[in-house]
Amino acid sequence: MDVGIVSYGSYVPRYRITPAEIGRIWGIDGTAMGKGLFINMKSVPSPDEDVITIATEAARNMMSRCSVDPQEIGAIYVGSESHPYAVKPSGTIVAEAICATPNLTVADLEFACKAGTAGIQICMGLVGSKMIEYGVAIGADTSQGAPGDALEYSASAGGAAYLIGSKDIIAKINRTLSYTTDTPDFWRREGSPYPKHGGRFTGEPAYFKHIGSAARMMLSEMNTEPSDYNYAVFHQPNGKFPMRMAKELGFSDEQVNDGLLTPHIGNTYSGAVPLGLAAVLDVSKPGDRIFAVAYGSGAGSDAFDITVTDNMKKYKRSAAPTVAERLKDTIHLDYGRYAKFKGKIVMG
Amino acid sequence: MSVARHWRETPGRYNLIGVKCGNCGKVFFPKRTLCPECRRSSMGKMNAYKLKAEGTVFTYSIIHDAPAENNSIKPYAVAMILTDDDVLITGQLVDVELEKVEIGMPVRAVLRKMSEDGETGVINYGYKFAPKN
Repeated sequence: MDVGIVSYGSYVPRYRITPAEIGRIWGIDGTAMGKGLFINMKSVPSPDEDVITIATEAARNMMSRCSVDPQEIGAIYVGSESHPYAVKPSGTIVAEAICATPNLTVADLEFACKAGTAGIQICMGLVGSKMIEYGVAIGADTSQGAPGDALEYSASAGGAAYLIGSKDIIAKINRTLSYTTDTPDFWRREGSPYPKHGGRFTGEPAYFKHIGSAARMMLSEMNTEPSDYNYAVFHQPNGKFPMRMAKELGFSDEQVNDGLLTPHIGNTYSGAVPLGLAAVLDVSKPGDRIFAVAYGSGAGSDAFDITVTDNMKKYKRSAAPTVAERLKDTIHLDYGRYAKFKGKIVMG
Repeated sequence: MSVARHWRETPGRYNLIGVKCGNCGKVFFPKRTLCPECRRSSMGKMNAYKLKAEGTVFTYSIIHDAPAENNSIKPYAVAMILTDDDVLITGQLVDVELEKVEIGMPVRAVLRKMSEDGETGVINYGYKFAPKN
């Protein structure tokens, strides 16, 4: 039985701030910082937005593009590292907001930046084993960066939702696999408002080792070459890492460009690969093959080999805004307003 | 507002679910148990009705003197929205530059945080309206 993507939806908040504006406050050359990270601006959630509202918006966009009855959804998984509650699921609110309750299972997931793709894998298992008809996997974050920390230049907000099933799939997931080790490159302790990271340790032994290993395993198992794929999406904590990873693996800039959103919206953490994949699906056509590898600190990578099906021709892609449309209509913030939006100003 | 009271109203707050009088066909939001036109003849006939999530700004006001819980978002716009099924709803306008708000502006309902019961209390979600893309 083929299992794959029946529908998808994306959401990126409308507000933006530039690295230059952040650097202006902290006495750092923000423009140079932005160039170094290959981030031109990052998305900022409105004060009334959080992972639940972002996940809901993405899920509603997903449902508006298909004719699946929400009552047929058997599972919803919301992957994030910024769930609004420590105890109380985000997924129940999303489920209620898309009229999918009550006959379904719901859980919130966390695996740093790859909890959304972990949700896709879980839904694939449930659909493939015929335990459920449809499953929803969402990756969304309103990620945190301490004031003045390097993360503040990249940590942003956004998310994407995927309806996984076996009927009328617009993209078949040919294979998924993961590569996981215990590598403490980035973490946030319970109750801490901001994460900590291992600086350069987040690179070679973490991001590059895990994505590279998962990607090479996938190419080996599928007996494919990078040139067999039309598009490649890699986790994108900044704009440089995925470009370097792609080059090391043998993918060209052209294969990566459509799914590389970090220069425009920053690092959306759990939303990063789901959003990058959504941007690729926004422009793909039947027969296109997509290579996607997510990365979550801690650490692990989920790789996907995907083929767009003929159903994409009749799919109602225009029923919801594309990622590219979300990038056009923006409102820029100065640091003062940004600090207020992000709750960085503590009132006595 | 108590947790239970908000919970009872989530169908309306999350999904704009009101009622339609099974007697005269008029739609009401928020829901009510009797149709003010049909009165007794509407008893047991007020059926759940999901409003269209899109509409236009019927009229609006810019709030400068806000309740304390909205201090971080002021000034902001509150509007009466005429939904595409001709029902007037009041809600906050979000993701819009205030000088660009105008009567007739197309909007869509979005789920947003409405209030928080302090730092440890429940977060209440509900509909607001954003410009239609």
